[in-house]
Amino acid sequence: MAKLTVEDLKQIKEKTSQDAALRGGETIAKLTVHMGTCGIAAGARQVMNTLLEEKAESKRGDIKIVAAGCLGMCSSEPNLTVEIIGEEPIVYKEMDQNRTRQVFRRHVLKGEVQTDFALGKG
Amino acid sequence: MRELSLHILDLAENGITAGADRITIQVDETFLDTHIKITVTDNGSGMAPDMVAAVSDPFVTTRTTRRVGMGISLFKAAAERCNGNFEIKSKRSKGTTLWATFETDHLDRAPVGNMGETITTLIAGFPDIGIKYDHILFRDSFNLDTAELKQDLDDLALDNPLVLTRIKEIINDFIQGKE
Repeated sequence: MAKLTVEDLKQIKEKTSQDAALRGGETIAKLTVHMGTCGIAAGARQVMNTLLEEKAESKRGDIKIVAAGCLGMCSSEPNLTVEIIGEEPIVYKEMDQNRTRQVFRRHVLKGEVQTDFALGKG
Repeated sequence: MRELSLHILDLAENGITAGADRITIQVDETFLDTHIKITVTDNGSGMAPDMVAAVSDPFVTTRTTRRVGMGISLFKAAAERCNGNFEIKSKRSKGTTLWATFETDHLDRAPVGNMGETITTLIAGFPDIGIKYDHILFRDSFNLDTAELKQDLDDLALDNPLVLTRIKEIINDFIQGKE
């Protein structure tokens, strides 16, 4: 039976201790992936996993990624809400892998709102 | 839905919306030797009997953002499309159990799909919810329980991206027989 082995854990722990930032700290950005039936059918799971990959790559423990229910804008799913402390939340629409990467790298990491994909201010 | 694993994600999300803090997911690919059986159980608020009877009707929903409820009706339709069955049991304040069967060799059966992503999405998206996942194949079985995993991890967070990536790899390698 496959399992997360002690060996795996050791490796992960080593990596985590090298990168102090991965351990977390105060949350400065919260990304919400909307996962109603509509969002899931439209590809929200891929958006979520792309965000997790990007987060791992950026080594930013202060970015929080959560799932939530339907926003009520089913036709523009998958939706992603980006909330950065001290700024207005932005809802993005029709996210795919590339758009998600772009929003993460430009908006979340650099603070440039990607107005092309924005649905509006949440 | 393109994959059965997406239905599972959706049903688990239903349970969490109903206030569950524990979700059990079972995928049995050896059911009757010819079917795949998917069972999702939650310990959420449960439903009243009349709601249970009506819930697979797409025009019944508790949601307020739109008037159509699709999750359960799509799951039921996916099962019935490939010679399967669907059943739901629910008890007020006890929780809900749903299961459906899918004929494995039926042309219209959607693939099980990326269970690794479904599980990591649930763990990352709902870090406070306990998730138990069992997957049975003919040659082997896999199980994962986030409560046990948390103990093994000590001070590592369960939603640490490196942990999630590894969990995803392990699950998908298991399903594809690459152990």
